[in-house]
This record gives sequence, C-alpha cells and structure tokens, in this order.
Amino acid sequence: MKASLGLRAGLLSLLIFAAIVLVWQIAARPTAVSGPAVDPEYAKLVGAAAATGQKSAMPTPADIGATIWKHLQDPFYVRGSNDKGIGIQLAYSLGRVLLGFFLAAIAAVPLGFLIGMSPLVHRALDPFIQVLKPVSPLAWMPLALYTIKDSAVSSIFVIFICSVWPMLINTAFGVASVRKEWLNVARTLEVGPLRTAFRVILPAAAPTIMTGMRISIGIAWLVIVAAEMLVGGTGIGYFVWNEWNNLSIANIVTAILLIGVVGLLLDQVLARLTKLVTYPE
Amino acid sequence: MTIPARPLISVEGLARRFGNTGPAVFEDIWFGVERGEFCCLIGHSGCGKTTILNVLAGLDAPSGGAVIVDNREIDGPSLDRAVIFQGHALLPWLTVLGNIAFAVASRWPSWDRAKVRAHAMTFIELVGLKGAENKRPAQLSGGMKQRVGIARALSIQPKMLLMDEPFSALDALTRGMLQEEVLRLCNETHQTVFMITHDVDEAILLADKIVLMTNGPGARIAEIVVNTMPRAERHRNDLHRHPQYYAIRNHLVEFLVNRSRNFDAEIAGQGYDPRRLRVVKPGLAAVNPPAEVVSLGLSR
Repeated sequence: MKASLGLRAGLLSLLIFAAIVLVWQIAARPTAVSGPAVDPEYAKLVGAAAATGQKSAMPTPADIGATIWKHLQDPFYVRGSNDKGIGIQLAYSLGRVLLGFFLAAIAAVPLGFLIGMSPLVHRALDPFIQVLKPVSPLAWMPLALYTIKDSAVSSIFVIFICSVWPMLINTAFGVASVRKEWLNVARTLEVGPLRTAFRVILPAAAPTIMTGMRISIGIAWLVIVAAEMLVGGTGIGYFVWNEWNNLSIANIVTAILLIGVVGLLLDQVLARLTKLVTYPE
Repeated sequence: MTIPARPLISVEGLARRFGNTGPAVFEDIWFGVERGEFCCLIGHSGCGKTTILNVLAGLDAPSGGAVIVDNREIDGPSLDRAVIFQGHALLPWLTVLGNIAFAVASRWPSWDRAKVRAHAMTFIELVGLKGAENKRPAQLSGGMKQRVGIARALSIQPKMLLMDEPFSALDALTRGMLQEEVLRLCNETHQTVFMITHDVDEAILLADKIVLMTNGPGARIAEIVVNTMPRAERHRNDLHRHPQYYAIRNHLVEFLVNRSRNFDAEIAGQGYDPRRLRVVKPGLAAVNPPAEVVSLGLSR
C-alpha cells in the first residue's frame, strides 16, 4: 500500500532536514587545536579561551536549538534599551509593517479604483508609477530621514512606499477588468455610482486586490529587516545587526528562522483572506 | 389632425454607423411593439440585432434615430426595461437570493430587508427555484442560471422585458422547458417582450409578431410576420401538428436562407417604405386556401 503523497512528502522533508543538520553539525564541530595557535600577545589581549579557538564562532545545530529555546522561554524581557527579548523586537517590526501596510492600503485602494475606472487618470499617472515603482524602497530612506526627522516614522514610510505599488497596480487592474456585463446589470437596474462601486466593482475586483495585498505584505516584511538595520534602535532587523556586532551567530540564525516563520504566517493570513473573497465562476 | 397613438415601444428611424459617417450597419429602422405583445427580431449574426436591443435597453446609443417608450424618448437604462442577458450575467459572489434581492433593492430602495427578501422569494418560486435560493451561480446548471436571470428581470416588475438570445447557450431539452416557462410567465403577467433570436421554432412558439431583418451591412427591416397561431394553441411538443405551423416556418426559413441576402434586389423597382412595412400572415394562407383552389377541388 502506498502512503499518501502528503505523508511521503513530510517524510522526505524530515530526511532533508536531518541531512542538513548532520552536515552542519560535522562542519561546525569544535576543532582541537594543539598548543597556542596565536600570537601570545594577542592571546593576552583577548583572553585565553577566545585565543585558543577551542570553539569556532559558527554554532552547531545543537547550539542553535539551545539559543532558540532560551529565546522562546522569555521572549519579552526588557533589560535596557539594547537588550530586549526577541519577541519584543519582532513585535516592533510587525507593528511597523502593519502600520505602513495599512496606510498604503488606505492610499492605494481608492487611488487604484480611480485609475481603474478612468482611462484619463490611468494615462496621466502611469509615467509616475512606472518610474517610482522600480526604485528600491531603501533609496527613499535618506529623503525620509531628512524630511520626517524621525527614524521610526521613516521606516514606516519606507514600508508604505514599498507596499503601495503592488496594491495600486492590482487594484487598478482588477477594477479595469470587471466584466462589462456585470456593469451593464448595474446600469439596467439604475444603480448609483457609489452603490455600483461597493456592491459590484469591489466584490468583483476583490480577489485581484487581495492578491496585490499579499504581494505587498511579503515585500514589506522583506524590506523592514533592511530598514531597521539602517535606522537602528528597535526591531528584528536591528536585532540581527546588533548580534552581528556581538558576533553571536546563533542569535542571528534564530532571528533568521523567526523572520521566516513570521513571514510565512503573514502570507498565510493574506492567503486565507483572499480565499474568503474569491468567487467561483 | 390627430396623431396616431404610438405603440408602447416605438423604434423610429434608428441607424448605426461605423464611426460617425462610415457605412451603416443598419439604418432607417422603424417598428413598434404593442403593450402586452411578444415581439421577436430575427436575422443573421452581424445585422445589428444585439445593437438594437442594447439601444432599447439604453446601454448603447444609436448613430441616428430614436426609441420612444411610453411616449418618451429613452436616453439611458431604466428599471422599466428589464434585460435578460445572453450569458445570464449573474453576480457570482452573490447567492440566487442575493442576486434577485440586489435587483429588488435597486427598484425599491426604501424597502427593508425582510420585504426585499419576501418579494425576491416569490419570484424564485415563480421560476421553480425554491430550495436553491442560497446557492451560488457556480453551483447551478445553465438552465437554472438563466431561470435566475428571468426571475431577476421579472422581480423588478418592468414595463417590458428585453431578451438577447436568452436560451442560445442551453441544451435543446433545457431550452424547450424554459421556452414553455417563458410563454406561461408572459401569459400570466401580460408582459411586453422584445426578444432577439435566430431560432425559427423559438420565434413561432413565443412570438405574436416576428420582425425580419436583412443581412448587414446596411441591414433593414424586410417585413413583419404576424404569428396567427393563438397563444393557447402553441405548445412545444405538438407545435409541428398545428395546421399553420409549416406555412409560417417555411416563410421564415425562406427568408433567412434566401431573401435576407437578396432583399435589395427584391425591392428594386418596387415601393419599399421603411415606415410602412409589409405585414404578412403566412399562417392564414394554410388554413384558408384561396377560393379558386377550393372550387377546383369541388368541380372535379
């Protein structure tokens, strides 16, 4: 009897995971160094333990596991401005992403509606969109810092500017491609423009709009790490940079894994919402 | 001088051109539909049938001429003129009830939810869809979808129904059942109907009056065929046994096969006035043979 595809795929995933962990463990195992390997003066400077290099800076999977466990046990501690739990750092980043994302949605959906409905507005705004869309969101950072003069708000602005484009373009496309016959139904029923917008065009374009939002939140989550590395202070991006300065690879790997998991969750939430508004034809 | 009373729908000098001055798809179209009448427009694809219907619906503007409904020129869509679309055009994110309630709430914005729902339900029952009111269009068969389209159009209690080949996407069996249903509904509600079709049998079954349109470009109305078979005698299953059936059918088929192409040659040299169309009753020729034929039979 053949096991189900899901089961077999799960087994294969576990196998791959085990292989990676094994190779990693072997590669990162402590190398025994005979005698002092470094200049004695340097050894005096940095301390014997560090200088003898009993342990590589690269942690083993077991070290990572221990670090993750340590972080998960107390994710929300605050011990001074430079020592906060990883949960708090993630919460800062999430808060910025969600705030920037929602501000972008508030701006992009109505504007996208306008572009989708009016060929004139579409033609008029198209050059701006085409030029500004490919700009890396981080390129806006200096401009934002100069004009806003607040690093936290600047990072939210960067999130705003990077998540606005997919939503804007998808909303415009979704609205412009609403089936003519549905609009004709609304016209023959003498439905007013506002009611047509909310009862016909919005539900018809909702799956496309939601797809744009899903792309946006993915990009926003990518960008926030880089933005926080630049502005510093708080957030998971700052945490990663700070741990790089501490040369704590285990903490960095932990952060990478958590960034991945949170990104996955964000994507899944948007996927669920998209499914809710999708209609079969 | 008295002005003759206009029919409920009066199409007057309608024209449609490519561009503003280009060749005409159709021009100088004049005909009327009386109150309570079921009128079919027959013609080949490309002659502009759908454009005429869209102009009547107010969804399209003609290049020339006008449509007068109830003595007023139409200038846009209206709840008085309900459209049954060829592709049913249901909103797929709404249920059957939701689709009809959307129309009902558009017609009577002041009604509360319960009243809208109750009104919508009576029309769902009328088309035999009770029990399916909470289904989405994607869960319905083609015939059921078109029933919802019919219920939606009837639910707003319009002055007239406009149908654009409403049954052409359905299989033969479903089409037949729906045609009978439409006949029954029109008899019950005395609805005025304007329908486009290219199905001759459908026209004979449903229409009181059949308007024949020639091929485009430059299409025109050739003549008007009166269906002299009374509505009560028209049944889908034994239509072909009716003594008038073949005479009417042959007349229509002859038009579609030959005359629709060569109509310009046919009227050359004869007086053709698009405002005074020939009205023919081919069915009566079959049941009332000319007198000399009868006497010939007697003398033998």
